[in-house]
Amino acid sequence: MSEEFKLEIVNPEKSFLSKEDVTEVLIPAYEGDMGILKDHISIISFLKPGILKVFSKSGEDKYYVEDGIIEFKDNTLSILTSSIFSLDKIDRSYVSQSLSDTEKLLSKEDLDDQSRFLISQKIDVLKSISSN
Amino acid sequence: MASLDDLKKRILSVKSTQKITKAMKMVAAAKLKRAQENAEKGRPYSEKMNNIILNLSNGISDKENAPKLLAGSGNDKVHLCVVLTSDRGLCGGFNSNIIKKAKAHFSKITSEGKNLKIITVGSKGYDQLKRQYNDKIVNKISFKESKNINFFDAEKVSKIIIESFQKNEFDVCTIFYNKFKNVITQIPQAQQIIPLKSSETGNDNEKDNYEFEPEEDEILSNLLPKNISTQIFKAMLENSASEQGSRMSAMDNATRNAGEMVDKLTIQYNRSRQAAITKELIEIISGAESL
Repeated sequence: MSEEFKLEIVNPEKSFLSKEDVTEVLIPAYEGDMGILKDHISIISFLKPGILKVFSKSGEDKYYVEDGIIEFKDNTLSILTSSIFSLDKIDRSYVSQSLSDTEKLLSKEDLDDQSRFLISQKIDVLKSISSN
Repeated sequence: MASLDDLKKRILSVKSTQKITKAMKMVAAAKLKRAQENAEKGRPYSEKMNNIILNLSNGISDKENAPKLLAGSGNDKVHLCVVLTSDRGLCGGFNSNIIKKAKAHFSKITSEGKNLKIITVGSKGYDQLKRQYNDKIVNKISFKESKNINFFDAEKVSKIIIESFQKNEFDVCTIFYNKFKNVITQIPQAQQIIPLKSSETGNDNEKDNYEFEPEEDEILSNLLPKNISTQIFKAMLENSASEQGSRMSAMDNATRNAGEMVDKLTIQYNRSRQAAITKELIEIISGAESL
């Protein structure tokens, strides 16, 4: 019991996932990947495109996220995201579609460094998903 | 007096109208249930988002350099009003209530000598406003094609708003929608989204010590556009639940009125039929007597 905390993932439309027995979450945070364990300090950060890993008693789950905000407080981790997909159920055609769309975006000239970084991140992750 | 045949026809036509309104009421009831569920499911997201924003804006040390979406552009000259209405009619006072609220706001703004810009979402709002405010409407958006309310639609609206804010096309943005209280009551709401009203911030009784990664202002400038989408999405969800609720009670009333009308017409029909029979009898009897 002592090593577990609560995880809530919410979409704008609905609550995506709620789990009480989470032991560790690996988050693709904006300034680098971050592992969250119980009794982490209260933190607010946001996500870059990447793979979110959730470790719990019942096993390990992986999700692909595109953006979102995380808040950790009182041993509850809330993740607010508008685009999250379970890696087991992800639609291959969606991945390739999204990949080609994002690559088109990258070829535009007027990008600032920040969005260029986010886009290339997204491409890397999507490529690694589709190669699996 | 109308002839028997005419009365019969009228009764029939009222009855078939009643059938239609009854069916519409039932459809609205089914849709209402879904819309209500959606509105409830969407609540945690917007609540959490609000909390985080409040925490962040409390944590910001110098308010001078706060992002413009939070603090405003410093002016109060041009007001943008986003009026969210439905795409379909026959829903009682639903659209008129929003429009009434919005028009009161419009005349207040113009009487203060400020500029007014309007964006309408939903075709009914545009229809009602175009006569009086056609030159003020800068954009009209309609989501007739999308069956359900989804977040992408809300994002489209907020993108338009944010882009025009960044071009300094307005200073204050207010959205108008109906808040769903219950099936009978929907409250028209005016909510200011740019700059963010800090009235709810109040006295921060518990100041949370958060660690921010990256810095507060960077998170805020990322979060605020998302918050606008969220607020609009919330308004759209509330609106759709209100629309169905309003339509349901309007159609319920219509069905009841049609029922009353059928009763009245039936009595009239029976009376005139009886009168005709009596008249015929009198004619026969008086004819027999005269022989």
